[in-house]
Amino acid sequence: MIPISWYLLLSAFLFACGVTGFLIKRNIITLFMSIELMLNGVNLSFIAFATRLGTLDGHIFVFFVMVVAAAEAAVGLAIIISVYRTRETLNVDRVNLLKL
Amino acid sequence: MTLPFWQPWLIPILPLVGALLNGLFGKRLSNSVVAAIALFFTGASFLFACVHAFVLINSGAAALETSYGTWIRAGSFSVDFGIFIDHLSLIMMLVVTGVGFLIHVYSVAYMEHEGGYYRFFSYLNFFMFFMLTLVLANNYLLMFVGWEGVGLASYLLIGFFFLKDSAANAGKKAFITNRVGDFGFLIALFLLIQQFGTLRYSTIFEIASLFSVETTAGIFTAIGLLMLVGACGKSAQIPLYVWLPDAMEGPTPVSALIHAATMVTAGVYMVCRSNAIFSRAPIALLAVVIIGTLTSFFAATIGITQTDIKRVLAYSTVSQLGYMFMAAGVAAYSASVFHLMTHAFFKALLFLGAGSVIHGVGGEQDMRKMGGLRKYMPWTFWTMLIATFAIAGIPPFAGFFSKDEILWQVFSSPHGSKIFWAFGAITAFMTSFYMFRLIFLTFTGEYRGAKPEAHGAHGHDDHGTPHESPWLMLAPLVLLGVLSVIGGWVGIGNRFEHFLDPVIQKVSTEQATAQNVEAVTSPVSEGEGAAGESKALENTLMAASVLIAFAGLALAWFLYVKRPELPAQIAASLGGVYRLVLNKYWIDELYSAVLIGPLIAFSRVVLWQTIDQKVVDGTVNESAIAARDVSQIVRQQQSGLVRSYAGWVAAGAAAVVAYMVWMGTR
Repeated sequence: MIPISWYLLLSAFLFACGVTGFLIKRNIITLFMSIELMLNGVNLSFIAFATRLGTLDGHIFVFFVMVVAAAEAAVGLAIIISVYRTRETLNVDRVNLLKL
Repeated sequence: MTLPFWQPWLIPILPLVGALLNGLFGKRLSNSVVAAIALFFTGASFLFACVHAFVLINSGAAALETSYGTWIRAGSFSVDFGIFIDHLSLIMMLVVTGVGFLIHVYSVAYMEHEGGYYRFFSYLNFFMFFMLTLVLANNYLLMFVGWEGVGLASYLLIGFFFLKDSAANAGKKAFITNRVGDFGFLIALFLLIQQFGTLRYSTIFEIASLFSVETTAGIFTAIGLLMLVGACGKSAQIPLYVWLPDAMEGPTPVSALIHAATMVTAGVYMVCRSNAIFSRAPIALLAVVIIGTLTSFFAATIGITQTDIKRVLAYSTVSQLGYMFMAAGVAAYSASVFHLMTHAFFKALLFLGAGSVIHGVGGEQDMRKMGGLRKYMPWTFWTMLIATFAIAGIPPFAGFFSKDEILWQVFSSPHGSKIFWAFGAITAFMTSFYMFRLIFLTFTGEYRGAKPEAHGAHGHDDHGTPHESPWLMLAPLVLLGVLSVIGGWVGIGNRFEHFLDPVIQKVSTEQATAQNVEAVTSPVSEGEGAAGESKALENTLMAASVLIAFAGLALAWFLYVKRPELPAQIAASLGGVYRLVLNKYWIDELYSAVLIGPLIAFSRVVLWQTIDQKVVDGTVNESAIAARDVSQIVRQQQSGLVRSYAGWVAAGAAAVVAYMVWMGTR
């Protein structure tokens, strides 16, 4: 049996990839994908623990996360389209109207 | 209570209705309607007062108390809207409504050429309402309401010509000076509540009658002294008399009604009303008589040097009020009230006469610019002469009886002393002197005022030569003149004293003599010894006071008619002393240097510039500035860069994880 630490390491790696991508990339779509990567990294550790402990809680959490992520993707993509229409760019550093 | 016509609440309420009518609608009414309203309501009040006096005396009851419901109830303490009429409040009520009505009549003509006619009568009626509340109340709190109300009316009327700075300031001075006295009065009320649990006269005096005379300073002394502070404010006694001379800025009828006949006697009324308390507090009584004596003496000396006709009368009022306090202070309350009554007659007459003179010479108040007015205004002259005889204490005029009674009581009462009598006698001499000085300066000799042609340019062509006042002003003068003659006759054979007997609570005499505080200064307490001897003594003193009055008259005649150049020489030879008295002993300057100046400086520097500007404003401003500065730093975080926000979030999350790992490995 594969020890749980492997799953957790993979999960942490995925999450770190997501964070790094979010911080260094400028394209909003890429940021979006980075967020998905983070979410799924977390999902992986939920599932790993649920299987290991033999409970259903983790599974249910994962479903919730997937549903929320889907909804978020729908709203987020709509916002991205809207931003592109008004700003004609997808570079987040130029979407900076909300500052002092 | 099934007495006929017994509706005492109408007596104060009627003037209030008049005040409201004139105050609310007077602006749209013509002067004659305004005057008619004012006269009707005060006249009706006077008639009702007469009816009630008649009913009360016929009923044979010592006092009648009517309650019109509860005003305040707090636990076991409660205060009623109640009216209490005994012989004392009856006299006050008749004096206030009677003299008040006459002065209203007088004002109808006197105020004709002044602006704010309706305002004047509204205030005047308003004053009558509060004064009647003061004298008719059945408890100290309601009395205090009237007390404050007359103060307010007095303030409004002193500052009646409010465009004139001096009048507005005099009004404020009167009001603020009275605050000092009211402070003492209020504390006295608190002590009464604490001690007796009520403010109702009848209950307090009943409980007080169970106590004996205090040998040391106890609760009665404390209450008495605090009441005296209140009375000093209202009745213009040392050290709070300074407002009254300045109050002469008001129209002359106001000076006559409020600052001579009625309101200023409220303090005397309060002391006499509280005789059950004062009689048990010899130390408080001693304070009353000392203050009264000093006031009457010093005010009289100032009166000698003043040249403004109204100011002479103002200091004379202060001095006469001092007499009333002297009498009250030797526990001769009825003598005090007697003088209060006669003084109301002749002093109101003097003020109205002075008003008539001022009216006749076109607003001039300086006696040095009058003279010879006798032939221009004979009615004014004769009535004022009667009043002067009365105040000087020449028989058979009213003032003689009351002043003589006071001097006799001060001399013979166990609380009195020869020293006080001597001061009183000297004051009587000065009173006679300065009053006849006023008469001689004003009415005899040659007219020293402006000549007709000088006045023609002012458009006051009818003020060129002095003229007699209209009959509407003369009628009150004549009526008051009659009262100034016969008003004292009620005192013959001690009838007045017996009339007030039910009001004055008897204090057992063996206690009164046991701790005779004044005995240190006076060995005269064996007065009850021989009745015949005492009668002879009384007659001697009476003759002395008559002689004194005539001496004052003679001196005034000698200095101001026979040798009119002498007063200036005497004044010059006295030099510093004369200037001291002329400038009223620099009391006003002293007060402003010692009390008012520091108070203003303290208010400005400490209260305003430190407490208000630095502490209160500073707290608010500094917290706003601090919030702004912190925000200035924090808002730099809001760069608008999404990735920098994400970076902060990631850093925060990393910090939390690191913390948890660290906690977990411990």
